[in-house]
Amino acid sequence: MSANHIHPAVLVATRKGAWIFRGDASRQHWRADGPHFLGHIINHMVLDPRDGRTLLAAASTGHLGPTIFRSTDFGASWKEAERPPAFGPAVNGLEARAVNHTFALTPGHSAQPDVWFAGTSPQGLFRSDDGGRSWSPYSCINDDPQYRKWFGTVQDGTPDGPKLHSIIIDPRDPDHLYFAMSGGGVHESVDGGRHFAPLIEGLQVVEGFDATDASFHDPHCVRLCPSNPNRLYQQNHCGIYRLDRPASRWQRIGVSMPAEVGDIGFPIVVHPRDDNTLWVFPMDGTDVWPRTSPGGRPAAYVSHNGGDSWVRLDRGLPGAQAWWTVKRQAMCADAQDVVGLYFGTTSGELWYSRDEGESWACMAQHLPEIYAVEVTELP
Amino acid sequence: MRVLIPSALRSYTGTDWVHATGDTVAAVLVDLERQYPGIRFRMIDEQGRIRRHIRLFRRQQMVFDLAARLEDGDELLIVQALSGG
Repeated sequence: MSANHIHPAVLVATRKGAWIFRGDASRQHWRADGPHFLGHIINHMVLDPRDGRTLLAAASTGHLGPTIFRSTDFGASWKEAERPPAFGPAVNGLEARAVNHTFALTPGHSAQPDVWFAGTSPQGLFRSDDGGRSWSPYSCINDDPQYRKWFGTVQDGTPDGPKLHSIIIDPRDPDHLYFAMSGGGVHESVDGGRHFAPLIEGLQVVEGFDATDASFHDPHCVRLCPSNPNRLYQQNHCGIYRLDRPASRWQRIGVSMPAEVGDIGFPIVVHPRDDNTLWVFPMDGTDVWPRTSPGGRPAAYVSHNGGDSWVRLDRGLPGAQAWWTVKRQAMCADAQDVVGLYFGTTSGELWYSRDEGESWACMAQHLPEIYAVEVTELP
Repeated sequence: MRVLIPSALRSYTGTDWVHATGDTVAAVLVDLERQYPGIRFRMIDEQGRIRRHIRLFRRQQMVFDLAARLEDGDELLIVQALSGG
């Protein structure tokens, strides 16, 4: 596709609704479309890259139970899923659970055009085989006694509930899956999701806890490199990591971050074509964990050598007294020749870069707290 | 019987008062689901529990048990409890 026909769209999910920011081919001018679902909690909104038209939004409200909305006209109209993600009845002597909200939506493999995956809070894995209209639970995870132990309790999760996120499908093999849980670690399946096993070797946990127990692991965000599906990067509660399969031991690559910034954060973004390039957005993970930009000076950091060294990217961002941060699903990259980066803040600002992070501009401000940002292309 | 729908659920019904049939609260909710697909799950979770911020009232009394019986002339009031910010 020539650059003249690319019309980027940034899908923004917030605590109070969703927006679509439509850009021109130059990525310089943006038009807000929204709010969609004003007042609803939208945790994630994703366009299906396989058909280029199916848009799913994971929704709940302060009062109502969770659901999934579906659009095939880029948000002009929405229809609710006929059977949203919901756990099954109590089995194996375990307590019956209810989905509080769907947190993550992931389109399936390109060879399985109607398959989607969803991760929920509390932790649950779900699959749709009909383009998001109906969802079925993965009982091998959701109702497995060992996994229930690894899930921990609500108190062990993030402030708005423990989450299953970062569902990854190997582009070479639809039966090869990964997911991550806060808390509960990273897990892998090589048989299409019939069985999963932890993939946590080399990852650190909070001091004093047993790193061999998945319960104590808190991966914040895991991404697979499109240009090298053997390579995974991870932003964890305890640092930044890289894993090159078939090895199973994660290497901490955040140790080369500046000491005054550290290597704690939520999102991690990979380059669409260069498996040595990745971006992170650090936050303050010291003391009582303020979860703000370190020193009130927000910046992305990029590595061009797989995490051996990092470069600060803050041109255009506030230089002082900016105490927001970026949540785990709120930063992404497009696939243009010069990669564009996009992130949303806890203070409701939407920022972007047209030059791989060298400089930043604000696309929108005064939005509700931003939970997720995805970039796609619309006709 | 008449059922009062809270504002958060009127995207399903289009109106505040609707009619539904059933001799228990559970049966009325099933009839609401038949008429307005998806509405029940927003109020009742997959384990049959009333969601945390939903309240059901019958004859000025809060309903805790979905098996509670309803009689001719009863109205079921569905309200959203105060929450959030």
